[in-house]
Amino acid sequence: MKLRRALFILLTLGLLAIPAAAYAAPLLQERHGGGGANFFNLIPLIIVFPLLGLLINIVAGKRMSENWVGIIASSAAGLAFLIAVLQALSLQANGFTAVTVPLADWIVIGDLHIPWAFQVDTLSVAMMLVVTGVGTLIHIYAIGYMHSDVRHNGDPARFPRFFVYLNLFLAAMLILVTGNNYLMLFVGWEGVGLCSFLLIGFWFEKGANNVGNARAARKAFIANRVGDWAMLLAMFLIFWLFGSLTFDNVFGKVASIRLDEYGQAVITAITLLLLVGAAGKSAQVPLYVWLPDAMAGPTPVSALIHAATMVTAGIYMITRSNALFALSEVSMNTVAWVGAITALFAATIAVGQTDIKKVLAYSTISQLGFMVAAVGLGGYVAGMFHLITHAFFKALLFLSSGSVIHAMEHGMHELHAHGGGGHDAHDDDTHGHEEHDHQPSREAVSHQPHFDPQDMRNMGGLWSKLPTTGWVYLIGALALAGIFPFAGFWSKDEILLDAFNHNQTIYWILTIAAGFTAFYMTRQIWMVFFGKPRTPEAKHAGESPLVMTAPLVALAVLSVWGGALNLPTIGDWHPTTSLITPYGSHALTQWLDYTLHPETAGGAEASHGAETTTPEGEAAEAEGGEGVLNPRVAWTSTIVALAAIVLGFFVYRAKPTTVEEPDPLQRIIGPVFNWLRDKWYIDELYQALILGPYDALARFTAEVIDWRFWHDWFHDKVLASLFNTFARLTADGVDLGFIDAIANGLADLSKGLAARFSRLQAGYVRGYAMAVFLGVVLVLGYFLVA
Amino acid sequence: MVPTTYYVALSAILFTMGVAGVLLRRNALIIFMSVELMLNSANLVFVAYAREFMQVGGQIFVFFVMVVAAAEVAVGLALIVTIFRTRKSISVDDINQLKG
Repeated sequence: MKLRRALFILLTLGLLAIPAAAYAAPLLQERHGGGGANFFNLIPLIIVFPLLGLLINIVAGKRMSENWVGIIASSAAGLAFLIAVLQALSLQANGFTAVTVPLADWIVIGDLHIPWAFQVDTLSVAMMLVVTGVGTLIHIYAIGYMHSDVRHNGDPARFPRFFVYLNLFLAAMLILVTGNNYLMLFVGWEGVGLCSFLLIGFWFEKGANNVGNARAARKAFIANRVGDWAMLLAMFLIFWLFGSLTFDNVFGKVASIRLDEYGQAVITAITLLLLVGAAGKSAQVPLYVWLPDAMAGPTPVSALIHAATMVTAGIYMITRSNALFALSEVSMNTVAWVGAITALFAATIAVGQTDIKKVLAYSTISQLGFMVAAVGLGGYVAGMFHLITHAFFKALLFLSSGSVIHAMEHGMHELHAHGGGGHDAHDDDTHGHEEHDHQPSREAVSHQPHFDPQDMRNMGGLWSKLPTTGWVYLIGALALAGIFPFAGFWSKDEILLDAFNHNQTIYWILTIAAGFTAFYMTRQIWMVFFGKPRTPEAKHAGESPLVMTAPLVALAVLSVWGGALNLPTIGDWHPTTSLITPYGSHALTQWLDYTLHPETAGGAEASHGAETTTPEGEAAEAEGGEGVLNPRVAWTSTIVALAAIVLGFFVYRAKPTTVEEPDPLQRIIGPVFNWLRDKWYIDELYQALILGPYDALARFTAEVIDWRFWHDWFHDKVLASLFNTFARLTADGVDLGFIDAIANGLADLSKGLAARFSRLQAGYVRGYAMAVFLGVVLVLGYFLVA
Repeated sequence: MVPTTYYVALSAILFTMGVAGVLLRRNALIIFMSVELMLNSANLVFVAYAREFMQVGGQIFVFFVMVVAAAEVAVGLALIVTIFRTRKSISVDDINQLKG
């Protein structure tokens, strides 16, 4: 058995090596030839590897041990990361010039020419690195997490399926970011939507009323349909206006065309529709409602799809389309306002949540709002910077929360196994990761069959139980709250600076949102890790295995140092005038400028070693000192964050002590807290405004239009009576009255004649004789007369 | 010498009697006899005109008629006997199975 497995793995690796070697061989020769060496031709492999991984797991997943399934999926992700790194190196060797790697013609119909080609530029490579890098760590984490999750939910056979979905997601996400045209982007866009649906509904038979998870998956899918509808319309308009869907062609024409009023209106329509698409995928107001429900999926999914990668697709898409957005003031403002409103709105809701993952979900929506606001203000670099750092610390937070949940479930099983507190035996199969938001938590203990391991009210005092998780959680929370020197500080500060320079109102909205962020993270940290354990489960919680904590540590390191990707200029210190040039100063700005402002980036001529000596892009400077640390902005945000943390500390320092005790905040702000807890009743509002009428309309069309009108009236009455009348007409009138009449008439005629003639045949011989006689007389008479 | 007209008249009377007998009587035997009467009235005309025109053809025809009549009687009587045996009647009105 062992031998067979080893052979199988060797075979797989061999198979993987063949395409790699095929690609690499000419490159290596080229390298020996000297000059222009690059690995751009390897780019298709970034999608091939995850696909291979998922194929292997589909075919052999059930026969392999869980570890091998995880190793194959993780190495697929890791190899994809390797390809992404090679792309980054190649870009550097190539002077950061964007490269298009065509693979095949995809659709050629008349003017519509859509290649299947890969766009390798600094923007897409940055996305590839985030997607594959964070993705790999989450894959590894998932090996440990899903090991107990499948057992907790009572179906270990579903383990390989999870990794198949994860790899499929990676492939789709990489299609999204590598495509060189809007249609490829859309293919990936839909692919990640599908994976999101599949993974939210991974435990589709669990959740409230056994359909809660399936319903959450459906909600995500349908909310995304609204965005996808807008994306499609935007693509149609783009093709209509530019005659192409390829990024290069579209953006190339943007520079050259002169827009009349009409064309301006079309551009505005395109960009607004793209915004709606982004709002669907990136969970912005008003389409954000699916993301909190998406927490029904296993925690690695929340981290990978619903925090780090998929939900950032909208920001990537807007950044990619910056040339279009630049043409429409209206759209830019709308984007910025949508982002700002989302940022504040979701942050307030997060304050009132009790589910550990829901807090993070609303936090994600809020942070995505920051990014969208940034790109709306023209701060594409700030948006992408925050996207990257957010991917680090939010993935970290989600994975840590998964570790906490894992620990709580561990506590439950521990109690169960030792008979502590008389656990109900059917605990395992009655609850998955369902939500119990509005359920007043009953008597703490394990008597209740619906113990929710995700409810923060059930936790408390986990710091000593989960040392590693606690520390990394704290780091993630500090990064998210934007505390110096963690990654979130730098990226959030850059967004705030953009807002400060362009729109004071948005700046203050975002600053307040940042304050809320710090507050709810303090609340969460305190409720989860400090105080006294409020349930026996929390008392018995245990740290997660190394396979889970190692990725956490890696992400924690990234969350601490992620800010180094794009350090600002501090004070009047300037990299060109200063002798000390810290590595990483404006690195991301310069890096992305090659895509965002290719004409000015990197001083154009000095294309070598751009990150060391070149001054910040002229474009950035022209925009009013962006990238310079503004002490006022930095101090304001830091003070707001610290004040919120202190406030949170005093509110939650000692409370709540028991599970039933109401949230201490409720005592202070009273009914407002209920609004926060119940998410401003947006779900109910949608229910009343959209779903209710929609439901009523559906019912109306089904019951009245379809059933009563079409079926009962039109079909049964009109059609049936018409048919009956016609049938009667043909039957009685034509068939009986005419055709039958002819036949019957003929029959009657011959019958009548026969009857009449047969009367002659009377059987009386004398009658016959008489006839003969008369005949003779007649004949003779004739002859006589004639 | 008796004029031919008389013979013809007698023949006509006999023929008429035969016809009347065939048409009016029901007894098959009587009908048979009436048919014989008609045949013989025809014979009388044959021989009367044979003598009138002094030609032997009429005489010969009479022989033929008599042969036919004899043969007919033989068949006819056999039929009548058979019919009587099955139906106990020789009334032609009773023999009407072939009516339409």
